[in-house]
Amino acid sequence: MGRYILKRFLLMVPTLLGVAVLTFALLRIVPGDVVEARYIAAGQGQFVDRDLMAQERARLGLDQPMWKQFARWMWGLLRLDLGISMWTGAPIVEEIKLRFALSLQLALMATVVATLLAIPLGLVAALRQDTWVDYAVRVFSIAGLATPSFWLGIMMILGFLIIFRWLPPMIYTPFWVDPWQNMLQLIWPALAVGYRYSAVATRMTRSAMLEVLREDYIRTARAKGLWLKLILVRHALKNAMLPVVTVIGLEFAFLLGGLVVTEQVFNLNGLGLLFVEAVARRDYTLTQALVMLVASAYIVVNFLMDITYAWLDPRIRYR
Amino acid sequence: MAIQAPARPLDLPEPEPRHGWLTVAATFTRRRPLGAFGAAVVVVMLLVGIFATVLAPYDPLAVDFGAMLGAPSTEHWLGTDAFGRDVLSRLIYGSRTALIVGFGAAFFGATAGAVLGVASAYFGGRLDLYLQRLMDVVISFPLIILALAMVSILGNNLPNLITAITIPMIPRCALVIRSSALAIREMPYVDAARAAGFGHGRIILRHMLPNVMAPYLIMLTAFLGQAILLEASLSFLGLGVQEPTAAWGLMLRGAAVEFAETAPWMAIFPGLAISLAVFAFNLFGDSLRDALDPKLRTL
Repeated sequence: MGRYILKRFLLMVPTLLGVAVLTFALLRIVPGDVVEARYIAAGQGQFVDRDLMAQERARLGLDQPMWKQFARWMWGLLRLDLGISMWTGAPIVEEIKLRFALSLQLALMATVVATLLAIPLGLVAALRQDTWVDYAVRVFSIAGLATPSFWLGIMMILGFLIIFRWLPPMIYTPFWVDPWQNMLQLIWPALAVGYRYSAVATRMTRSAMLEVLREDYIRTARAKGLWLKLILVRHALKNAMLPVVTVIGLEFAFLLGGLVVTEQVFNLNGLGLLFVEAVARRDYTLTQALVMLVASAYIVVNFLMDITYAWLDPRIRYR
Repeated sequence: MAIQAPARPLDLPEPEPRHGWLTVAATFTRRRPLGAFGAAVVVVMLLVGIFATVLAPYDPLAVDFGAMLGAPSTEHWLGTDAFGRDVLSRLIYGSRTALIVGFGAAFFGATAGAVLGVASAYFGGRLDLYLQRLMDVVISFPLIILALAMVSILGNNLPNLITAITIPMIPRCALVIRSSALAIREMPYVDAARAAGFGHGRIILRHMLPNVMAPYLIMLTAFLGQAILLEASLSFLGLGVQEPTAAWGLMLRGAAVEFAETAPWMAIFPGLAISLAVFAFNLFGDSLRDALDPKLRTL
């Protein structure tokens, strides 16, 4: 087991390195850089002092050869130093901190919503396979996959406005300042996103349950006369949970960085909006840090999932 | 003594007659009514897209400041937008954008994924290892972030938008196809082909690719809906198709949100169109998956 973990751990290194190289290269292929973007933002696109621009580039280290810039970034990452934002000049950790808290909370809430929807629905659909209940759950979850969560968000806000003459708070209050206000704002995007993400997990629960329910040990348990509910919870659900947890875990990693559009609708200043801003401003350092953050979340979750699988199913280790 | 050859070498039952596509469609409809419903909606959408010029009551780009933000009426069935453009006509023309991007991205994404997946499984070894790592890298980028970066690099016209949506799909398809192809590689007929001295290209194209058709079709239909959704999200963010082109995601942007209270039809109908289209593609794809390969888990 130890050897498997080590091997799997080492496999993360080339992936992370690949993500870093790709991000670094992509950003530098995009036309324009932060200095130009700032002049354009200041409305002086046409009358730029070339010397001043060169000076600014030198200050930010943009005049250095590519490999040097890359090496500097990597060296910083190894020391867990994300560097400073090219646009604001503030440390990236400071830029990200509050927004990360918001995105993390939203991702957690959406995951809870998705889990609470998915497991009961998937369970019921599996138990009543090919009845109208199964069909209804299927239509409900496919509709969830089909509805853009940002549109669902617009519809929610519109519904509140027209029916209750009420708008959810649009200014972010951290949870520790005022939990009620905070929840009142974040529960709606969490519902919109959670519904969408529950779809995949619902279907996974259903198919995993169907598979497990056909196993011999379930028949044995029933033949023994065990109480059906006990069989479901202790024997079936427990064994069917692994793929479901995997799906939920991977979705969670994506939620952390992938809520760009929903954040826009609900006026949330999370990581998604920060990312769009950073790209538009050609803020290389900040964009790089954000991509690495989201990608490593995904890679680490993936790693943990693989380890769990191997731990539960020894056959995997010797492949 | 000559051995008499039997009249029929083996007493095999008659091969089942090949069903015409009409019979196949009828069976599919009877067994999977939801899938048939999805397919019907897709066909209607295709027809609407093809005959947009005939069906649309107005020019989707015609600005009419006399009819700004008009509520649904007999002249404008679904109302007008902030420039007085007919919402229904824009929806009809928008289906073209959605279908072109959807089919384009899904086809290129699934095909490139299939080729990479089969090659990776067939050759194995180093190539497989490197390809897998590369796929890992691309997959770890969140979908929307990758598309966003691609659009900012390439600029946002329709072909570039399709490329941007295609790229994140390739590794997702390659992974699924690779695992199917791994099993096929071990089949006796592949060994036979190799023993007969066929080249790698011929074995891959003639013997392996046709046998991963089921997962390929499944991924293709799953991607259709996802591509349409992604296009809508990108256009909503202002990174997709640009005004004044009619596109559903674009119709939800800006004025649709600003005037949502006084002119809700601007926000309601394009969203419904997106949802219905993706819903139909998913229903169809889902039933197709059940019919072709019940064990494969996608989505």
